[in-house]
Amino acid sequence: MDWNFIIFSVVKIAVAIGVLHAIAAYAVLAERKISAWIQDRVGPNRVAPPFMKYIPVLGPVLTRWGIFQPLADGLKFMLKEDFTPAGVHKAYFWIAPAVAIIPSMIVIAVIPFGSVMGHQQMVIANLNVGILYTFGIVSLGVYGIVLAGYAANSKYPFLGGIRSSAQMISYEISMGMSVIPVFLIAGALNLSSVIAWQAQHGWLVIYAPLSFIIFLIAGFAETNRLPFDLPEAETELVGGYHTEYSSMKFALFFLAEYSNMIAATGMMTTLFFGGWTLPFWGLDQPAHSIGIAIVQILIFLAKMCALMTVFIWVRWMFPRFRYDQLMDLGWRRFVPLAVVNILVTAIVLWAIS
Amino acid sequence: MSTPVTTETKPAPPVEKIKVKVDGREIEVPRTTPDPISGKPIPTTMIQACALINVDVPHYCYHPKLPVAGNCRMCLVEFGTPALGPDRKPILNQDGTPKIAKSPRPAIACATPISPGMEIYTNTPAVKQMREGVLEFLLINHPLDCPICDQAGECKLQEYSVDYGQSASRFVEPKVHKPKAVDLGPRIVLDDERCILCTRCIRFTKDIVGDDALGIVNRGSYNTLTAYPGKVFDNNYTLNTVDICPVGALTSKDFRFKMRVWFLKETKSVCTSCATGCNIIIGSREEKVYRYEPRQNDAVNACWMCDSGRLNYKWIGREDRLKDVQRQKEKSIWNAALNEISHKLKSAPVGSVAIIASARQANEELWLLSKLKAKFSALSDSVPRMAEGDKLLLNADRNPNTNGARLTGICFTEMGSTIPQIASGISSGKIKTLIVFGEDVTKHGLGPDLLGKLETLIVSDILPNATTRLAHYLLPGCAHAEKRGTFTNAKGRVQKFMKAVEPPGDARPEWEFLHELVFNVTGQDGFVTIEGLFNEMAKEVPAFKGLTWAGLGDSGATVPI
Amino acid sequence: MIVNRRPLTFWEKLYLPAIMGGLKVTMRHAWRTLFAGKKVTMEYPEQKWAVPPDYRGAPYLVRDQDGSTKCVSCQLCEFVCPPKAIKIIPPGPAGQIADRANAEKMPREFEINMLRCIYCGMCQEVCPEEAIFLLKDYSITGQSRQELVFNKEKLLALGGVHPGIQKWKHKAEEAKEQENFPVKV
Repeated sequence: MDWNFIIFSVVKIAVAIGVLHAIAAYAVLAERKISAWIQDRVGPNRVAPPFMKYIPVLGPVLTRWGIFQPLADGLKFMLKEDFTPAGVHKAYFWIAPAVAIIPSMIVIAVIPFGSVMGHQQMVIANLNVGILYTFGIVSLGVYGIVLAGYAANSKYPFLGGIRSSAQMISYEISMGMSVIPVFLIAGALNLSSVIAWQAQHGWLVIYAPLSFIIFLIAGFAETNRLPFDLPEAETELVGGYHTEYSSMKFALFFLAEYSNMIAATGMMTTLFFGGWTLPFWGLDQPAHSIGIAIVQILIFLAKMCALMTVFIWVRWMFPRFRYDQLMDLGWRRFVPLAVVNILVTAIVLWAIS
Repeated sequence: MSTPVTTETKPAPPVEKIKVKVDGREIEVPRTTPDPISGKPIPTTMIQACALINVDVPHYCYHPKLPVAGNCRMCLVEFGTPALGPDRKPILNQDGTPKIAKSPRPAIACATPISPGMEIYTNTPAVKQMREGVLEFLLINHPLDCPICDQAGECKLQEYSVDYGQSASRFVEPKVHKPKAVDLGPRIVLDDERCILCTRCIRFTKDIVGDDALGIVNRGSYNTLTAYPGKVFDNNYTLNTVDICPVGALTSKDFRFKMRVWFLKETKSVCTSCATGCNIIIGSREEKVYRYEPRQNDAVNACWMCDSGRLNYKWIGREDRLKDVQRQKEKSIWNAALNEISHKLKSAPVGSVAIIASARQANEELWLLSKLKAKFSALSDSVPRMAEGDKLLLNADRNPNTNGARLTGICFTEMGSTIPQIASGISSGKIKTLIVFGEDVTKHGLGPDLLGKLETLIVSDILPNATTRLAHYLLPGCAHAEKRGTFTNAKGRVQKFMKAVEPPGDARPEWEFLHELVFNVTGQDGFVTIEGLFNEMAKEVPAFKGLTWAGLGDSGATVPI
Repeated sequence: MIVNRRPLTFWEKLYLPAIMGGLKVTMRHAWRTLFAGKKVTMEYPEQKWAVPPDYRGAPYLVRDQDGSTKCVSCQLCEFVCPPKAIKIIPPGPAGQIADRANAEKMPREFEINMLRCIYCGMCQEVCPEEAIFLLKDYSITGQSRQELVFNKEKLLALGGVHPGIQKWKHKAEEAKEQENFPVKV
C-alpha cells in the first residue's frame, strides 16, 4: 500500500469537503443577498459578533454585510429540536438525509480543481471514466429525496418525492447525452484530459454551445432549483419532500442542494470553461510553483462562483414550470436536441478527419 | 289579592267559534276568551286572533295576562267587515264571496272585538306608517339611554325601532327631563324619562297583586309614574313589573348594572323556594347565575313569580360551597369514598340503616334513596319546612318537592313524624348507619350527641352545616341549576329543570352517585342518564305511571297526589 | 368575452427573448439597489415608520375634555369583539358611579388582552359613547402574557384625552334649565 497516496488523498478529501461546505454555507448567504437586491431589499445585514465593529476600516463593512449569517444559521439548525413526527418510517426517515447528501459530496472526487502542487495532482481521484462516475453518483441523489418523501408518511412530501423521481430521471438522460459531443471533441473521458484539450484548443463552450445550454438547464433540473423546483415547491407542497424534517436533518437536505449546485457548476467549469486554466500568462500549463498552483485553484473557484451566481440569479427571475411543461421540455425538446447535437458533432468530426 | 292566576283547573266550556281572516288567512277563533283577571268570558280581540296564528302585532301596553288599557296605540291595524245591504244581508261579490267594507279608520288590535267575517290587515303600508308615527311620538322625550340602560337587549322600544324607527330624530326642541334613578321601592329603580306610560305596572300591581301602589301624576308631557305618596312599592311581587315593563323605566335593583342581558344563557328551570314550583328561566354567564325570570306556564304561575323566590339564587355561587369529597374529614376521591360506602352498606344488617332525605331533592334522587330504604327496610323521613304563604303564588310549604318525597315513599303524609323514631333507634344502638341528604339534622331532633353514636354517618349536601361537619363520608352535591331532574309541586305537577351552570369542584349530581351506590348495594341497574332514570321511575312508581321524560315537555304534567 | 390565445412565433417559442428580458429586469433592480441605494425596505428598530393619521393600531380607552371616563360599560365591544379580547366587569348595583354627571355608570374593570386583539376596529365602530379608539400603537410587546392584559388604568393612560360631544353633560345641563319642572315626587 502506498502510504503517500493514502495520506495525500485523505488531506485532499478533507480540504475539498471543508471548502465545499464553506462554499455551500456562503452560497446560502449569496442566495439571500442577491434575492434581496433583485427585490429592492437589503438582505441579511445584522449578524456579527459585538467586537467586529472595533476592527478599523473593515469593521463597519463586516458588521453590515451579514458575513456571519451562515454561522448563525448553522448554529440555529443544530440547536433546534430534532422532531420526528408520529407515523413516519423511522429507519428511512433517518437514512434519507444521509442518502441525499453523500452523493452530492462524493461527486466532486473526480473534478480536477487545480493542476499540480508539488507532485500531487489537484484531483482526488483521477479516473479514466470520470464522467461516467459522475453520472453514476448523481443518479443516486434522487434516492434521498424519494426516500424522504416516502418515509414521511405525509401527502405533501409524498407528492414531492414522486415529482422528483420523474423529474430527475428524465433530465439525467438529456444531461448525459448533452455531454457526449464534448467527449467526442476532446477524445477522452478523463476530466483532466478534457482540461488539457481545452488548454490547447480553447474552451469547449465555443465548440459545443448547444451542449452547454442543455447541460446548464438540465443542471437546474437536477439540482431542484427554480424554475424546476417542483419537488419542494413551497407554494404547492408546503416544503415538498422535506416538509416533515426539522433541525439538522433538514439542514442536510439544504446542504445537499447547495453541494449539488457546486458539483454541477464544477462539472460545467471543467467541461466547458477550461477548468483551472486561463488562456494567458501561461496559466494553461501545469503549475511549476506552489504560488501558481494556488492561483489556478482560485481560478477554478472563481469560475465556479460566477456560474453559481448565474444559478442564483436565474432562481429569482423565473416562475416555476408546470409539471406537464417540465416533462414536455425534458423529453420532447432536449432529448431530440441532444441526439441531433451528437449526430451533427459526430458527422462534422468525421468530415474534418 | 285577586282570583287565582292559574286557569288549568276548570275546563273551559265550549265556546262558539267564528271565522275571521288575518292577512288573507282564514282562521276559526272562539268568540269569547276568559278575562285574565275575573275569568269571565269577554269578546276575543283582534290581537288575540292574530296571536293564534303567530302574526305579531307590535304592542306596548297590551299584555295577555293584564286588563286591556289601549293607551300606547302601537297595535293599530286596519280591518274590514262584511258590507251589509239595505236588507241587512251581506253584499256578495261576483264570485260569491262577501264584499268587505274596509273601515275608514284603523283600530287598536288589543281592544277591538272580532266579529264574524272580519278581515284584519296587519301589514299594509298604512299600518306600517301608523306604527312609525306612533313610535316617533313615543321617542320624542325618550332619553336614548341605551348604553346605560339595563333593559337594552330586551327592550321593546329598541326592537320596534329596528322595524319601524326613524334613522334620526326630527325633534329639535329640548327633551322634557324627568327624575332619574328614583328609588321606588326596596327592589325597584324607576327612571321616569324612559317611561312610555303604558301603565302595565300600574295594572299589574292593582289587579293581579291587589296592592294599588303606583299611579301617574301630572299632565301632558310631564306625565310621571310614581308611587302613591307615603306608600312604598314593596309587595312581594314588585319585580314582575320589571319583566312586564316594555322599556327600561322599571329596573331591578338586584340586577342593576350587573350584566348585559345579551350575554346571559337562558336555561329553563323551576324555582325551588316553595312548593308552587314557578317555572323560571335562569340567566347565567360563564358558570355564574345572574338572575331568575318567570317563564310562562298557565298551569302553574302564569307569567309571574314572587320576589323572594326570584332573589333566592345567590347561594348557588357561594364561595363556601362543598367542593370536595371527604372521608373521615380528609379530602378523598369519588371512587374511593363510594366503594367504601358500598362495602359498608352491603354488610349492614336489615334495620340498622336510617335515611333522612330532603324534600328539596329531585324525584329521581328520592326514588333512588327509596331503593336503599327498601333494601334495608330502613326508617326514612324528611324535614318539613312550613311558613306563611299567600293567595297568589307563594305556598306555605317551602319545600319544592314535598309531594315527590311522598310519592316515592321516602316519607308519609305527616312529614317529619318518623324522626323521633330514628332518634330513639340511634340512642338504643339499633341504628348504626345514617344517610342524610341535603338537611341539617342537628336542627331537627338529631343532635350532635346522637350523631356521635353512629358507626357511619353519610352526608351529602351543597353548603356546609353542623351535620356536614360531623359526617364520616361527605359527598358534595349540586344545586338544581347544576343538574337536571324533576320536581312534583304542591298540585302534583311534575316539572323538569335543566342544567344552567357547571357544579363547583368535585361536586356531582346526587342522582349520579346515588345510582352507583344503588347499583353496588342492590345490583339494580339500567339507568345511566337522567332520561332513563326518570322513565324507569315512571314505570315503578304508581303515581308517575305513563310519564316519560320527553313527554313532560317544558310545562310538565299533572299527576294525582 | 373569449380572448383567443395568440399562437407563439418561433422566436417566442425559443423562450430566449423572455429569458433575456427577465435577466435584464432582475439585473436592473439588483443594480439600483446595490449602487443607486434605491431600496424600498426600512431597517426597523432604528428607522421607524411614520404612521398614517387614520391608522388602526391598538385599542385604548379615552377620556373626554373634562378628564372623565367616557366608557359607560355597555359591553357592546365585549359582545362584538371577534377574538373575545375584551372583558368588562360592570359596576353592579353597589358599584362606583360614573365620574361625571348623569352617566350613571362606568366599568369597574376593563381589560383588553392585547395578545388576542386582532385590531379589527369593531369595538371602535360599535361604541355608542366614542370611548374606545384604535390609536397608533402597533408594536405591543411584553415579557409575559399577564403583562399584555391591559387593565382600565393602563388603557385610560395610554388613550389620553379625546374631545367630543359630551352627551351626558349636555343632558344634565338641559335638565338643569328645566328646574321649574312641575313634578314633585
